[in-house]
Amino acid sequence: MARIDAASLDITQLDRLALGDTFLHRLDPRAKVLVTAVFIIAVVSYGKYEVTALVPFVLYPAVMLAQGRIPFRVIARKAVFVLPFALAIGIFNPFFDREILVRLGPLSINAGWVSCAAIVARSLLTVAAAIILVAVTGFPSVCWALERLGMPRTFAVQLLFLYRYIFVLVEEGRNASRARELRSAGKRTMGMSTFVSLIGHLLLRTWERAERIHRAMLARGFTGEFHARREFRFTGTDLLFLLGWSSLFMVMRYWNVSRIFGNLVTGIFR
Amino acid sequence: MHMADALLSPAVGGTMWAVSAGAIAYCSVKVRAEIDDRKVPLMGVLGAFIFAAQMINFSIPGTGSSGHLGGGLLLAVLLGPQAAFLAIASVLVVQALFFADGGLLSLGCNIFNLGFLPAFVAYPLIYKKIAGTRPGKIRLTVAAVTAAVVGLQLGAFGVVLETTLSGISSLPFETFLYLMQPIHLAIGIVEGLVTAAVLSFVYQARPDMLPAPAASPRHTLRPARAMLLVFLSAALLTSGVLSWYASARPDGLEWAIAKVTGQEQLAEPRSGIFPTLASLQRKTSFFPDYSLPGPDRPATHEAAERGAAASASAADLGTSVAGIAGSLVTLILASLAAFLLRKRPGTA
Repeated sequence: MARIDAASLDITQLDRLALGDTFLHRLDPRAKVLVTAVFIIAVVSYGKYEVTALVPFVLYPAVMLAQGRIPFRVIARKAVFVLPFALAIGIFNPFFDREILVRLGPLSINAGWVSCAAIVARSLLTVAAAIILVAVTGFPSVCWALERLGMPRTFAVQLLFLYRYIFVLVEEGRNASRARELRSAGKRTMGMSTFVSLIGHLLLRTWERAERIHRAMLARGFTGEFHARREFRFTGTDLLFLLGWSSLFMVMRYWNVSRIFGNLVTGIFR
Repeated sequence: MHMADALLSPAVGGTMWAVSAGAIAYCSVKVRAEIDDRKVPLMGVLGAFIFAAQMINFSIPGTGSSGHLGGGLLLAVLLGPQAAFLAIASVLVVQALFFADGGLLSLGCNIFNLGFLPAFVAYPLIYKKIAGTRPGKIRLTVAAVTAAVVGLQLGAFGVVLETTLSGISSLPFETFLYLMQPIHLAIGIVEGLVTAAVLSFVYQARPDMLPAPAASPRHTLRPARAMLLVFLSAALLTSGVLSWYASARPDGLEWAIAKVTGQEQLAEPRSGIFPTLASLQRKTSFFPDYSLPGPDRPATHEAAERGAAASASAADLGTSVAGIAGSLVTLILASLAAFLLRKRPGTA
C-alpha cells in the first residue's frame, strides 16, 4: 500500500515538474537525452578507485536543478531509495579489498572503502542525471527523442501506451488493495490466495479494458502514431547546449579538476 | 535484481545495450508484421498492469517475508515472446526513468536479464515444452515453476556475470554467485506458483485469453535463427567499436597489468574451472578481451589496478590532502554556481 501510494506520487510529481517552462524545458529533447548519455558514460568510465575526479561532475546536476527549478528533495528522495541497492553490493568491497590506499596521518583507508565511496558517488550522479532528464523533458518527449534517434516506432508506441495507462492501473491496483485492507480488520499483508484472486480480477479488468481501447482506437482511425504536444526543432541553442556540456564532461574526464584545485589550495599554504 | 549504473563498466553496459536494442528492433518488426492489431493496446495496458501488480505485496507462507509478482513469465504466456519482451522492456524503461530503479546505462543488462531470458528462454524452451497447448492445473504449475526458476536463475547469473566483468565490485565471482543463486531459487519458486495460480484463475474466467496454438515448429525455428543473426551482428558491431576504442587507448586495467608484470596478459591458471570457461568463452567469444576472472586472477588484477591508482593519486599524505581539499573546493564551487543560477531564474 505504502509502495503503491509512493509510486503514483512519484510519477505525478515528475510529470508536473516536466510541465515547467524554463530554458531547459524548451530545449530539444534530443539534446537533453544525448547530454545525459554523455554524462553517464563519462561518470561510469572511471576506474574503480577514482573518487576525487568524480566530484566536479556534481556541477551538472547542480546547474540543471537550479535552472530547471527542480526541488533538491526530488532527487534526494530517489537517491535515498536507490542507494541501498548499490551499497548492498558495494559494501563488500572493504572486506575483500583490504590494501591500504590512502594515508591521512594516523588514519589509513583501505582500497575497499575508496572503491565503495566511488560506487556511492557514481550512484548519486547517475540517478540524478536520469531523474533530471525526465523532470525537465517529460516522458512523452523523451520517447519522441529516442524515436528520432533510431528507436523503433512500435516500441515508442508501446512506451507511450504504457505511460498513459500506468496512472489508470496504479489507481485500480490501489483501490483494490485498499478495499481489501478495509475489509481485513487491520491485517497488513495478504496471503497468496487473496493476492491471486485480487491480481486475477485486476488482470481480467485490464484485459477487457484493452479490448474497449482497441475498439475505440479503430473507431477513431488509429494509424500507429501518437501526436506529441510540442514539436521540436533542433536549433543552434540546442547544439550549443549539447556541445557545451559534452566538452565540459570531456575536460573533466581527462583532467582531474579536484586535484588541480587541491594543489592550488595546498600550494598557497605551503 | 535491477542493476545500477554505479556497478557497471561502459564496455559491459554498451555491449548489453547493443544486444537489447537489437532484440527490441527485431521484436518490433515481428509485432508489427503480426496481423492481430489487438495486441498494440493489449501490450501497453498489460505492461501497466505488471507495473501496478509489482507494487502489491503478499506474504509468503511460512517465512514471514513478503514478495511481489515479477510478471515476465506471465506476460510471455499471455502475449507470446516478442510482444511480452517489448512490454517488459517498456516497463523497465519507465522504472529507470521515473524511479531510477536500475540505471540508464544498465538498462541493456536489465532488459536482457529480466526480459529476454524469461521471454525467449524460459517461456519457449521450458514453459511451452512442459505445458503444451491445454495444460491441466498440475501441469501448468509444474511448467510455470520450472520456467520461473530457470528464468530467474539465468537472470541472477547474468547479474553476477555482468557485475564481475565490469570489475567495479570487489566481490569474487563465486561468492557473489553463492549469494545470488539460492535467493533467486526461492524467488523463482514463489514467482512460478503465483504465475500458475493467476493463469489458472484467469483461464477459468476467460478461456479465450489462452493464446491460440498457432505456432508450428517450422514457425518457431525461423525467428530463433533470425534472432541469433541479430545478436551476432549486434555483438560484432559493438566489439568492433570497442576494440577500435581499446586499441586506440589501452584500457586502464591492461595498462596497469603491463606496467606491473611487464607483459600484456597474465598467464592463465592451468587447473580448475578457469580453463574450461576460457575455452568456452573463446568459442562463443562475445568480447574476447574481457575475460572471466578465474580463481586467482582477481587478486592480481586488483593489485595491479590498486598499484596504478596508488601511484597515480594517493601515494603520500600531500597528494591525499590535495585530492580531498580539491574535491571540497569543487563541491563548494558547484553549489555556488547552482545558488547563483537559482537567484536569477529570469536570465535563462
